[in-house]
Amino acid sequence: MSFFQVLTIIIPSTLLTAAPLIFTSLGGVFSERSGVVNIGLEGLMWVGAFTGAVATLFLEHAGVGAASPWIAILIAAAAGGIFSLIHAVVSISFHADQTVSGVALNFLATGLTIYLVKMIYNGQGQTPYIANNIDKTTIPVLGHIPFIGPIFFQQVTYTSYIAILFAFICWYILFKTTFGLRLRAVGEHPEAADTLGISVIKLRYIGVMISGVLGGIGGAVYLVTITSNFNISTIAGQGFLALAAMIFGKWHPIGAMLGSLFFGFAQALSITSQQIPYLDRLPSVVLMIAPYVLTLIVLTGFVGKAEPPKADGVPYFKGQR
Amino acid sequence: MAYAIEMKHIRKAFPGIVANDNITLQVKEGEIHALFGENGAGKSTLMNILFGLYQPDEGEIYVHGEKVKITDPNDANRLGIGMVHQHFMLVDKFTVAENIILGKEPSHLGRLNMAKAVKIARDLSDKYGLDIDPLKKVEDISVGMQQRVEILKTLYRGSNILIFDEPTAVLTPIEIKELIQIMKRLVSEGKSIILITHKLKEIFEACDSVTVIRRGKVIDSMAIADTNPDDLANMMVGRKVNTQINNTAYEPKGKVLDIRDLTVLDSRRVKVVNHLSLSVHGGEILGIAGVDGNGQEELVEAIAGLRKASSGTIEINGQDMTNHKGRKITENGFGYIPEDRQKDGLVLDFTVGENLALQTYYRKPFASSGILHPKVFTQQAKQLIEEFDVRTPSERTLARSLSGGNQQKVIVAREVSRSPQLLVAAQPTRGLDIGAIEFIHGKLLEEKQMGKAVLLVSFELDEVLHLSDRIAVINEGRIIDIVNPKETNENELGLLMAGHKKEAHQA
Amino acid sequence: MSTWFRKINWLTLLIPVISVFLGLLCGAVIMLAGGYNPLLAYGSIIQSIFLQPYYGGETIRAMIPLVLSGLAVAFAFRTGLFNIGVEGQLMAGWLASVACAIELDGLPKVILLPLSIIVGGLVGGLWSFLPGLLKARFKVHEVISTIMMNYIALYSTAYIIKNFLYTEGERTPTIPSSASLASNFLATITQGSRLHWGFIVAIIAVVVMWFLLWRTTMGFELRSVGFSPDASRYAGMNVSRNIILSMTISGVFAGLAGAMEGLGTYQYMSIMSSFSGIGFNGIAVALLGMNTPIGVVLSGALFAGLQTGGLTMQSVAGVPTDLIQVVIALIIFFVGSSYAIKWIWLRMSRKGRKS
Repeated sequence: MSFFQVLTIIIPSTLLTAAPLIFTSLGGVFSERSGVVNIGLEGLMWVGAFTGAVATLFLEHAGVGAASPWIAILIAAAAGGIFSLIHAVVSISFHADQTVSGVALNFLATGLTIYLVKMIYNGQGQTPYIANNIDKTTIPVLGHIPFIGPIFFQQVTYTSYIAILFAFICWYILFKTTFGLRLRAVGEHPEAADTLGISVIKLRYIGVMISGVLGGIGGAVYLVTITSNFNISTIAGQGFLALAAMIFGKWHPIGAMLGSLFFGFAQALSITSQQIPYLDRLPSVVLMIAPYVLTLIVLTGFVGKAEPPKADGVPYFKGQR
Repeated sequence: MAYAIEMKHIRKAFPGIVANDNITLQVKEGEIHALFGENGAGKSTLMNILFGLYQPDEGEIYVHGEKVKITDPNDANRLGIGMVHQHFMLVDKFTVAENIILGKEPSHLGRLNMAKAVKIARDLSDKYGLDIDPLKKVEDISVGMQQRVEILKTLYRGSNILIFDEPTAVLTPIEIKELIQIMKRLVSEGKSIILITHKLKEIFEACDSVTVIRRGKVIDSMAIADTNPDDLANMMVGRKVNTQINNTAYEPKGKVLDIRDLTVLDSRRVKVVNHLSLSVHGGEILGIAGVDGNGQEELVEAIAGLRKASSGTIEINGQDMTNHKGRKITENGFGYIPEDRQKDGLVLDFTVGENLALQTYYRKPFASSGILHPKVFTQQAKQLIEEFDVRTPSERTLARSLSGGNQQKVIVAREVSRSPQLLVAAQPTRGLDIGAIEFIHGKLLEEKQMGKAVLLVSFELDEVLHLSDRIAVINEGRIIDIVNPKETNENELGLLMAGHKKEAHQA
Repeated sequence: MSTWFRKINWLTLLIPVISVFLGLLCGAVIMLAGGYNPLLAYGSIIQSIFLQPYYGGETIRAMIPLVLSGLAVAFAFRTGLFNIGVEGQLMAGWLASVACAIELDGLPKVILLPLSIIVGGLVGGLWSFLPGLLKARFKVHEVISTIMMNYIALYSTAYIIKNFLYTEGERTPTIPSSASLASNFLATITQGSRLHWGFIVAIIAVVVMWFLLWRTTMGFELRSVGFSPDASRYAGMNVSRNIILSMTISGVFAGLAGAMEGLGTYQYMSIMSSFSGIGFNGIAVALLGMNTPIGVVLSGALFAGLQTGGLTMQSVAGVPTDLIQVVIALIIFFVGSSYAIKWIWLRMSRKGRKS
């Protein structure tokens, strides 16, 4: 197998597995940049995947057809946003420990989604498979560029490119707009923002809800592009992987995207390694644990210090000095 | 004359305390008005009310003669009230320009116009002569420049009434002079300024009038021309200050602490203690005078074994203790009252009893073979509470719920009861009420009379002057002179603290 | 005992009780919304665990790892650390104890059983030693590092079982009876439940945690560091060492929880595609138990009862068992929030006094 062929297997596969991670890790960036730690990304992906499945099935049933998964992603975004409100209320308004609240959010998501699946589908632990998933396709024009086309633009889903586009949009919002400046100020020094008339509470709510929306999208994209049905092992740690990607990317949108792509690459390798010469001899576990080990290494500061926003995880009390 | 600010009959109570009790403050337009009082007198509460961070329980506020209601900082900003906070309200990772415009950004459809922001910052700094670099990150600029950024923030918002909250606490004497210049220039531009301070010197150098607050109440308000430092000091503390506290005999014994050629680096690897030599004898109190940030903190931490000395030696009781572990130094007869009592001196969520045993819990009779003996804890705690007059419901009360003075008494009790040969006290009375201050001073003198060596570090010149047998003046990590408190005065010390040794001697 | 009694703050005791009540109430509302009968559902739980020996036995059986993982989380909390990695430490301990039992088959029971338990605990401790070290040495936040360690454990254990200890049914072979905690006697008196002698280990662990924290100089230091690293350093304690120590001991409790599953409940370890959930439930147990040993036992009993009884709830009232997890999640939210409410209250009253 030529190196070119290897690339045509690995790169599209990387793009596919990275897309949900990109969306979700971008969500994490917004929440943590505003100063709210979000361990609950995993739960938000559960809710997104569940909503994605149920909504697609419903829309298909209603005869919407091929547009069903796309609309379902939007519905999942809304569901994620609403679900994240619980984290916002508990950790921002009630000043609960943000990690505790995030852990509880994951609990709630896993329990509630499976409970609802069983309720809706007569006690079965999983949803039926959706008929209209978002398929791999060849992107017009770009897919026919020699060499580059088969590697980057064939056998890919549009969601991957939308995800990458989102990363740049998020970068623009965070670093080039007033909203972004204020959001970052709130995450770094909420008291300062408060004295300048910026509402810490409001911005943190927005930050958390954006993470909910993006986490919901991430979960739904995972469902409609990769698994096609929802059950207890659908998400299985993707949210925590997104969290790792965000840290790996040092709380920066582009970094989070690159981290996600990198983790997607590791996942793609572990899935496809059997087809690839030399790699098939590497124990698959090495590739499976690589993202986590690498994140630990990044955190130790051997490869540039990863520093979270200063007020990340610190509940804010108005008027507290 | 018109008033820029009138706060009438302000009352603000927190659970357990009335922070402001019927306070009336009138600030004329175009003047620098000092709000003078001790720590905890209620100055900050009053200003936080004016800035909209607290709501008063009673009272009225008038700005330029109009009655107003200030519910949040936005209202204050709209009314032209700006505040230069004691702890700078700056985002370290943002640039100077970003900090200035934050919250009122030049933008188009939500898009930041950073070029314009930089221009705004430049123009403002030119107009008021406040030297800054708009593109530098705040974490990379000096404290003095950070303060100028704080001032520019308020000016950018069009404030014409500026509140300066203890602005000189973090500045060097030269920076203080510059700041006073800046304030005077601002007033000449038509601004009005409220200066919160507990330093007499600044009031007489900078202000036009003064309001004195004590324990939440206004004592008096007058023009500076109509008063003098002695009267103001008396008003602040509420009675004649006892200027001769240390009238005990000075009979120094052998060296207990001997520091030779000590150099200590800070986290940025700057020599904050620079080839410093100093010794303290038994039976004396050696006071270290100096402006905050001249190496006092690092010196004390090096003695306590909390910070590495990069060269030089520290001997305690004749034994080399340089770079030994803190516990070993403690066991060698070292007692320490740290500067930040709540952060470093106490475990606030431990009981009083546990805190009293914080240095001895592992030793007999408190423990044997790693097993604690709770009864001994209780017994010792009860005895010390009695002996040091700690006002606490019981030894099982959490340290967190004690008042500042009683928290400090717990620390003093713990350290002194081990009868160390050397006692280091860093800012031992900061923020305490008069009663507690007298108690602590008394204990330090008692230790001295028992032949112990006491090293006192304080930013309060009064305290150093009145307690010490010798005063060592520290400047940029060196002891630049050692003076006899009976033969010096605040003026000479001030010059020495600023590093002007020669002039001081000529004077 | 009398001082212990006086030390109880009755107000703080009220918070868990209220949280449980609110959690169950919200669970009932969710059931009503789904068209189920909450009274029947909750009734069936109580009926089964208190009146049917099998469910009673299973409840105590489920309590064993829950209490141990609750102790693990609580112990770390006491020293100011949030150990989310109990799940991974538990898996590491589980596999280690099973592997030890299988590899050293032939040793007499008096040696092999205690040895396997100890190995499980030690490997669990080893698994949390690393996050402790990273925290002490590089200031890596333990929440993140333990999450990463969870996944490393999940994939590594699966790999090890598949390649070195594999038997039919995607699992390790069954451990020899000389390393087993299972008991015919306990099974018989509980009509065939999987209750095993591990409860003795759990009881010992509860006592050990209490003694360690409140009766030893080591515990004094650990609690001191947990409340205030700065003051502890000023008092001559070695903060880094205490952080590592605390994480490691916490991991030992978690590893023991795994050993109980491996040597008691299941007698083997399966290749897992996702986490057991016991470690995460341990967080709930610790929080609800206010991080006290007694509290952990009580809340461990509650959650074990809910989970075991949840099975009957499904068969009797038709409510999916997953509702129990929803209820547990809600209880954590309530406990978390009320902590805060109390804290704010304290804070405000203190602040007032200060200024």
